[in-house]
Amino acid sequence: MKTIQNIGLALFLVGLTIFTSLIFFGKYEVTPEILENLINNKGIKSELFINTMNSHVVGKEFTNPFSFSTEITSALKSTNETHKQNSEWDKLIWDKPHSLSYEIAKHSGNGLVKDNKWLFWWLTFGLGIIGALMYIIPNVVVKGPPGIKNNGIWFNAATNRGWIGWFAFVFLVGFYLLLYFRPDYIVNWTYIVDPISESLSGNLASQWFLYGFLYCTVMTVMAVRMYIKYRHNKYQTLRTTSVLFFQIVFAFLIPEILVRFEKPWYDFKNAFPLDYDFFFSWNLNELIASGGLGIFILVWGIVLTLVIVPVMVYFFGKRWYCSWVCGCGGLAETLGDPYRHLSDKSLKAWQLERWVVHGVLVFALVMTGFTLYSYFSGTDAVLGIKTQTIQDIYGFLIGAMFAGVIGTGFYPIFGNRVWCRFGCPLAAYLGIVQRFKSRFRITTNGGQCISCGNCSTYCEQGIDVRAYAQKGENIVRASCVGCGICSAVCPRGVLKLENGPEKGRINATEILLGNDVDLMDLVNQK
Amino acid sequence: MEHIVIIGNGISGVTAARHIRKLSDKKITIVSAESDYFFSRTALMYVYMGHMKFEHTQPYENWFWKKNRIDLKKGYVEHIDTKNNTLHFAEGDTLQYNKLIIATGSKPNKFGWPGQDLKGVQGLYSKQDLENLEVYAPNNKTCKQAVIVGGGLIGIELAEMLHSRHIPVTFLVRESSFWNGVLPEEESAMINKEILNNGIDLRLSYNLKEIKSDENGKVKSIIIEETGEEIFCDFVGLTAGVSPNIDVVKNSEIETGRGVKVNRFLETNIANIYAIGDCAEQHDAIGNRKPIEAVWYTGRMMGETVAQTICGNKIEYKPGHWFNSAKFFDIEYQTYGWVWAQPKENEARFYWEHESGKKCIHMSYDKNTLEFIGINNFGIRMRHEFFDKVLTEKKTIEFVLEHLADANFDPEFYKLHEKDIVAKFNAENNTNIQLKKKSWKRIFQTN
Repeated sequence: MKTIQNIGLALFLVGLTIFTSLIFFGKYEVTPEILENLINNKGIKSELFINTMNSHVVGKEFTNPFSFSTEITSALKSTNETHKQNSEWDKLIWDKPHSLSYEIAKHSGNGLVKDNKWLFWWLTFGLGIIGALMYIIPNVVVKGPPGIKNNGIWFNAATNRGWIGWFAFVFLVGFYLLLYFRPDYIVNWTYIVDPISESLSGNLASQWFLYGFLYCTVMTVMAVRMYIKYRHNKYQTLRTTSVLFFQIVFAFLIPEILVRFEKPWYDFKNAFPLDYDFFFSWNLNELIASGGLGIFILVWGIVLTLVIVPVMVYFFGKRWYCSWVCGCGGLAETLGDPYRHLSDKSLKAWQLERWVVHGVLVFALVMTGFTLYSYFSGTDAVLGIKTQTIQDIYGFLIGAMFAGVIGTGFYPIFGNRVWCRFGCPLAAYLGIVQRFKSRFRITTNGGQCISCGNCSTYCEQGIDVRAYAQKGENIVRASCVGCGICSAVCPRGVLKLENGPEKGRINATEILLGNDVDLMDLVNQK
Repeated sequence: MEHIVIIGNGISGVTAARHIRKLSDKKITIVSAESDYFFSRTALMYVYMGHMKFEHTQPYENWFWKKNRIDLKKGYVEHIDTKNNTLHFAEGDTLQYNKLIIATGSKPNKFGWPGQDLKGVQGLYSKQDLENLEVYAPNNKTCKQAVIVGGGLIGIELAEMLHSRHIPVTFLVRESSFWNGVLPEEESAMINKEILNNGIDLRLSYNLKEIKSDENGKVKSIIIEETGEEIFCDFVGLTAGVSPNIDVVKNSEIETGRGVKVNRFLETNIANIYAIGDCAEQHDAIGNRKPIEAVWYTGRMMGETVAQTICGNKIEYKPGHWFNSAKFFDIEYQTYGWVWAQPKENEARFYWEHESGKKCIHMSYDKNTLEFIGINNFGIRMRHEFFDKVLTEKKTIEFVLEHLADANFDPEFYKLHEKDIVAKFNAENNTNIQLKKKSWKRIFQTN
């Protein structure tokens, strides 16, 4: 069994190495036709840009994406600067430099990867999936009979912030930086999934398609791990199936198929304000322009946030969304599960969390207020601040850096729910409802707690669960996503997630059940 | 300002300190030689198994003590001078108190076995025990074979711990079946199976004769009393129960038996000295409880109680209905009320076991009145509040079975067995008990 696991690990690492090395290869040659198409598609009016492209890029062969990117982005920047100086506003090119560079690269790339897309799919995704499964599945036997088997987690360099953890951290952060800010470096990766993209939406794969596909793949493989690890726990297996279903069907397949039918790309479960650009003018315009379905999406999006989300939180707690439906939650509960114990449990972290997560919620709401005011009034600035600027800042700081780079990149260091705990504005909103108006709680089972600390250690949201359990007090916390692991790891059967009457849900106690009845009455009923 | 000194920073001492602080402004000092800060002894096993780090066993962050003005003193008390209200430390210094709480806990039993103090021979109780375990049994290279002597809760925990590091374990149990002084035959048999299924070499009805030393004063092997068999090993765990750790009290005026003798108010024979937790011994047992109870929650409850007395609200220690819990490898165990290993004269029993052999419940009730007496549940979680109420209100076994759905505390979506259980009872007893649907209203007693 160990041998199978080692072979699996080796295959996985080979796949990962090939995948990573693809960044450094590739040939790019822009033909006059490609440039011509670009000029027509984008309506580029800048002769300066066209000339620069013709003299520096067209007909030349670039052997890696970096020099190619440098040429195109510098051409774009210098021409735009010139036009700005000359106040030739109509000639400005508004595309982001690396996005434009990506588009050109996607069409002008050639060579091994582009010619052998499926082969490279198997060498990267294929080896990765097979290797990972060969590593994961033998755990049915290796880790012993069903039950909580967290043995050695704090001794393992991959899961105790050891060197493997730091390596994974660097890799993930690097991946997200490339994905968000340097798509033109990862054109080779997108070639690999072109055939799959074409079969779904009919289009070539963008970096976002690549991300979506990778996301689903990683979640599926790591869901297998969850099924094995928690095969004795039906709450966990059902929950895993649920997040996997919503990710693959709602976040990946349906939006791609919508695009095939020339409808807007939309993830029906992604609620505002997590879906922060829902009210951006380009989205509203696109929805309104795409007829009945567009209007339905518009109404659905508003109803989802204002009615469905809070009502469901009232009945089931925020878990129905955060750990049963949400894509971010889905990744955290599958890929992130091995890191859940790394979240900070200190009081300081809780204090920081409350400021930051509610700060992001306020930021999202203010930004949306600006956006809607601009949309309906037709002005592009509110109180002297440009709406576009505030949207860009939010998109960069929260949308890309916080949700992506920090949110997932920091899994191996700060645990798997950094984004959900500190950053997600939807989680903040759900949390307020959960704390003040919900039937959900984690019930503490009388006086059975022995303060061992497994619950707190394995709480991905950094809740000091034990602090409540050892006081015989139910856990009612805004941040609890109801993953149910505290209940799973408790060796004494103390914790149970349940929805019940609101009355008595929050039950601060001084003396626990089991002690003298008179004393309990005396102390607890003040 | 009155100075309350507490010897021992375990659950009893710390609970007393916390509650005294809640109720008063008294000066509080906790003395311990074991660790700087309170940690949960019950969690030491998880540190060795790599589930947690030692700091995770500390229920309060380090700033907590200063913020709540609870002084911590690290030191080993050598003598208590009850006339002058003074503690004398091994380090030479002294500490004055107005009231003293002795909460020194337990120590592992050693029954005078030859070689019981060798290197690599130890119990599992203190932080130091955990540290020694890392020295003598860090992995299966240093420790090729381990032997555990004594089949109680700590013995099986130690077996699970060593097993998690792939160290072969031979488990010597004096009784004919695991923990059958406490568990009825059926449950005990279930745990025997669980131990064997986990690859532990379980030897029932075996006693330790002696532990042999190598040339360096470290354990080399053990000899079994019954067979004379010699088992070579690198580690021996002595887990034949615990007894009060009262060395500190021995040369003082404080009255002791097996533990520090206390009355119902947890007062010793000296007016301003109290004893709580594992080290306290009631003059007369309370109800069916033992005079000395080395249980986590009784320590906590004594702490809660003595704090009231010390703060002027003199109150008897009156523990409620018995309950407890444990985990045997993958099988969780809870109990509410009393289910004795052997039924008493007036008791009838009902036992149900799941086909997996990993879940069961065992109920005890009065033959004549049908009053519910207690339940053991294995592999199924039950609600403490439900059974506490049932016991207080002296409900019948029929009431319990009818409301079994309310009692269940398993995580959501778990397969429930109430129907099977009730059907089996009906079949065996010719009754027609109908299972009621789960009711939140009843569970949370809302109107």
